[in-house]
Amino acid sequence: MSAPTESNAAPVIEMRGVTVGALHNTETVVATDVNWSVAPGDFWVIAGLQGAGKSDLLLTTAGLLPPRAGDCRLFGEPMPIFEEPRLATRLRLGLVFDGGQLLNQLTVAENVELPLRYHRNLPHGEIEQAVRVMLEATELLPWSANTPGTLPRPWRKRAGLARALMLKPEILLVDGPLGGVDLRHADWWLGFLGQLARGHPLLGGRPVTLVVTSDALLPWRNYARQFAVLAGQQFTVLGEWAALERSKVPAVRALREGRLPEVTQADPSGTEWTPASGSAK
Amino acid sequence: MQDRGFSAFNLPSLRRLWDVPASVSYAHFLGRKLVAFLLTVQGVGAFALITLGVLLTKFGVARGLVHGLVRREIARAGLRLLPMFLFLAAALGFLVIGQTVSWLTRVGAIGYLGTIMVAVVVRELGPLLTALVVLARVGTANVVELGTARATGEVEALEALGIDPVHYLVVPRVIGMAVGVFSLTVYLILGAVASGYLWAFVQDVPLTPGDYFRELAGALSGLDFALLALKTVCFGGIIAVVTCYQGLAQPLRLEEVSSATVRAVAQSLVACVLLDALFIVIYLVAG
Repeated sequence: MSAPTESNAAPVIEMRGVTVGALHNTETVVATDVNWSVAPGDFWVIAGLQGAGKSDLLLTTAGLLPPRAGDCRLFGEPMPIFEEPRLATRLRLGLVFDGGQLLNQLTVAENVELPLRYHRNLPHGEIEQAVRVMLEATELLPWSANTPGTLPRPWRKRAGLARALMLKPEILLVDGPLGGVDLRHADWWLGFLGQLARGHPLLGGRPVTLVVTSDALLPWRNYARQFAVLAGQQFTVLGEWAALERSKVPAVRALREGRLPEVTQADPSGTEWTPASGSAK
Repeated sequence: MQDRGFSAFNLPSLRRLWDVPASVSYAHFLGRKLVAFLLTVQGVGAFALITLGVLLTKFGVARGLVHGLVRREIARAGLRLLPMFLFLAAALGFLVIGQTVSWLTRVGAIGYLGTIMVAVVVRELGPLLTALVVLARVGTANVVELGTARATGEVEALEALGIDPVHYLVVPRVIGMAVGVFSLTVYLILGAVASGYLWAFVQDVPLTPGDYFRELAGALSGLDFALLALKTVCFGGIIAVVTCYQGLAQPLRLEEVSSATVRAVAQSLVACVLLDALFIVIYLVAG
């Protein structure tokens, strides 16, 4: 069981006793008894190996995947939110998928403008200008007329980010921004997300609450403020980097140091990768 | 089994089938089919109701964007198919009207021309042929597009953006197909009637254009126009709902898209034929 985080501010995301299921397999459970609070301005990194269930946890956090059990809240309101009257609350949260998940029939520019065109009744010129600013900030302008099928994977991820930022969310969930990208793109992502956490001019300088998933902890050392690990169906809140450095749990050490522990090589199923109960020791 | 006189049953696989207790296995087979049919009817029915609910409750939501999508779907399921339908109209006229006029003249029953034309082309063949062609050209594309969108996570992406996938993906297709099938049926009937007269003219049938169109007009009633509109709109709606249901309503993997397409075509076909049968009853009762 994971320990809830302590914060004075009212949590923007709160999970109590949540069981997270898998999106593509109704019988699989990826995490049990998740207790987690995200305060405004937090910058969380959730680390875990591929297949640990990070994406499913993020989908549950975003309200796209109902929890199997427990209580999941966004700004105090129970998730998932599908009703029209509560939609405004849900739009305060943005989600960037691992592969960008762009609509294949639309160009990059059309994908990015889609949320504005659906939710905001703005003049065409105003939408065009907003899209141009966003594409410039994410260096996507040369790709604006391309369809997703002709776009390299790292740029698809960026287009997904640009689309999610169009409604200026207060919380941004980013699934695996560093997965499958080269050093240049990884550096851009770290810098851009760090700037979002501090307050980016794109969003009027307002700091964004960030939750990011990753296969490794080390790249986030100088950027993220809170860390957690998902392994063996257990979600373990570690807290700040200092606490993470003190941890002797094999899973945490492996993700921190970027190398597999001996026990994992002998146990490909990952059962022994499970962190000990409670927070990091 | 050795000497039953059925040479076909000498094949090993068929021999096994023959050995199976027929009453039990066929009952199971039919039972399974019946249950699958009922489940499909339930699923498609529920999906149709959800679509209708979204259509009504979100009528004014994102009007600019959704109206653009509706126009695109009308173009796809209607306007772009027009050249093909002009060809089909010419062929239908030649095949049905030309032949009918020719034979009625030979037996001296040209007075029944209008009745036969209205019964065959306006009430039956026009709407059904249009529906089948739209199903083949646009319905299949619908399933592939939506199935791929489902398999690649586009539906989750829409939900993450607070966009109702039914509102964005299904509603424009339902409206577009309903309008498309209706419009194309009208063009098909008009084209078939015109090309039919040309065929009769080529065959030296003693029939003036005035007589020909007077016969047709005399056989048509107000009910024909009303039921033609209703039937074609229903055909378009059914094809759209079934194809969207198969592509969108259940989790799909990429490799399942082709089988979903085949299922959608078969189910749409059966649904259209059943609806056509219902309209025959209405015509018989009302006529």
